[in-house]
Amino acid sequence: MSKKTFRESINEAIKQEMRRDENVIVLGEDVAGGAGTKGDQDAWGGPMAVTKGLAPEFGRERVIDTPITESAIIGTAAGAALTGLRPIADLMFVDFMGVCFDQIFNQAGKFRYMFGGKAVTPLTIRTMYGGGLRAASQHSQCLYPIFTHIPGLKVVIPSNPYDAKGLFVQAVRDDDPVVFFEHKMMYDDEGEVPDELYTIPFGEANFTREGKDVALISMGRTVNLCNQVADEIKKDNISCSVLDLRTLSPLDEDSILEAVEETGRVVIVDESSPRCNVATDISALISDKAFSSLKAPVKMITPPHTPVPFSPALEDLYLPSADNIKKTISNILN
Amino acid sequence: MQLNREELIKAYQGMCRIREFEDAVHEEFASGALPGFVHLYAGEEASAMGICLNLDDQDTIASTHRGHGHCIAKGCDSKGMMKELFGKKDGICGGKGGSMHIADLTKGMLGANGIVGGGPPLTCGAALTFKTKKTGNVAVCFLGDGASNQGTTAESINMASILKLPAIFVVEDNGYAEATSSDYSVGGNIVDRGKAYGLHAEKVDGTDFFAVHQAAKEAVERAKNNEGPTLLHVKLSRVYGHYEGDAITYRLDEETKDIKENKDPIKIFKRKVTESGLLEESQLEEIEKNIKKEIEEAVSESKEAKYPVESDLLTDVYVKY
Repeated sequence: MSKKTFRESINEAIKQEMRRDENVIVLGEDVAGGAGTKGDQDAWGGPMAVTKGLAPEFGRERVIDTPITESAIIGTAAGAALTGLRPIADLMFVDFMGVCFDQIFNQAGKFRYMFGGKAVTPLTIRTMYGGGLRAASQHSQCLYPIFTHIPGLKVVIPSNPYDAKGLFVQAVRDDDPVVFFEHKMMYDDEGEVPDELYTIPFGEANFTREGKDVALISMGRTVNLCNQVADEIKKDNISCSVLDLRTLSPLDEDSILEAVEETGRVVIVDESSPRCNVATDISALISDKAFSSLKAPVKMITPPHTPVPFSPALEDLYLPSADNIKKTISNILN
Repeated sequence: MQLNREELIKAYQGMCRIREFEDAVHEEFASGALPGFVHLYAGEEASAMGICLNLDDQDTIASTHRGHGHCIAKGCDSKGMMKELFGKKDGICGGKGGSMHIADLTKGMLGANGIVGGGPPLTCGAALTFKTKKTGNVAVCFLGDGASNQGTTAESINMASILKLPAIFVVEDNGYAEATSSDYSVGGNIVDRGKAYGLHAEKVDGTDFFAVHQAAKEAVERAKNNEGPTLLHVKLSRVYGHYEGDAITYRLDEETKDIKENKDPIKIFKRKVTESGLLEESQLEEIEKNIKKEIEEAVSESKEAKYPVESDLLTDVYVKY
């Protein structure tokens, strides 16, 4: 066990899985960087240096710099998964799914069902999401609800370095296609992470705080915002539980219902756009299956229904904030 | 002609099986017995058989919405396929795929595909598996003239080129992308597109089984010798419309007549092998008779077969969920 960043945690997971299984390969734009140049042959390791050090250790046969050609990257990975490799494809920014979505949801996500259960597609797609980097509308979206919508795909969204490693190893070993969401503002977050390999099963949400007054339900980066709020409002004698969903597909419905039953008040914090997102999905689940446990309406904290703005002044207003969560908690308690 | 008798018989059997299958589907669809919609491969048989006779079960093909011929040529069971088209539980995909998603991974058949241009990226993937694992196999992608205009095709032939993948892109140009002529929709020409990305590319007469077989043979050798991917522009014609129910008003009657009389690859094959004395007329008739019986049985067995049941609805989405 040692302190590692979110970045190091995923890097270590990939390296250890590549050492364990020679069928694991990595492909994407600049996953090494420097292909065809006279310069550094591990120039980037991806734009956030998450895959740094892989090419020197495993060679360019297994760490493949591709052209900027998302359909071919994802499709190549899907086809390779279908025929015996265990590829990790890098979709850099999830915003780019617009140019390759067919290969994800019509191809990889449907092979097994369309082919009558005969196909396995052990594909992991890594992708960055979320606001905060002042990256504007085409490099800041969350979009995980769209993948969650597709039967056949699994959607993983870790909130801390420990979970990131365990969930990533599970994603690589999983025989179904997995889309793995990494918040671009979290790569330097630190946490205790075991040096050895371990897995965290999908579909098991995690209570990061226990409480009896209000349940905060969230995923990815905003879990940390919920933890912060839960810690801060203890002084006001308000006790919040925080449920980190960890995976959106499969979804741990039992833990969600447990959180509702124990508190009767729910605030869902979701950084994705507000229509048809994870918050609305969970709210519907609660209204269907735990209506009688509710002491107050289910509240959803999301950005407004706008593209992600560029100006720091606007982006800060756009993103869910601790103040927002606190005000909402206060409203439903009174 | 370097093919032996056994190979020639196999080629004729395959082409007849495809034609009988498609003619039967044409009839059953018209009678209302078949659900969904189907795109028939009749008239294009020399392409599927000319290519696939150069492959073994470990080599892969990715196919198109017009995929029945590719499936049969790659060795998929015709009865299992027919049951699939009827939506039956014993269909080759349990009735969950239908005409546009027939697949048999044990035969290296990676699926027909309902998305035009869906197959080329997947082909790069299969070829990457072969290259990484050094299996010596080859991945073939069938696509149409319509798909040749898709961005995925451009991306994939570039990817195959720079990674030197053992891949073959077979562009089956039947003259029409749905109801639009390929003369209109293809800017420049397909062979030049392949060459522009550094592929070996050539045009092939798709009515001539032997021309396709020879071009494919050379392409497979190039792939296996690590000489990179090939693009074949196979010019051929479809007998029926884009889909069953298409009134084909965009094609003049004399063109359809010309296709049936002068561009039928099965007639052309038969004439060549009998005139040169490679096979006897009676042998070919025997094959035709047996195939006819096989497909008739496929239809009658499919009609009697059971549909999937409610419990089948929820299975096969994930390996584990």
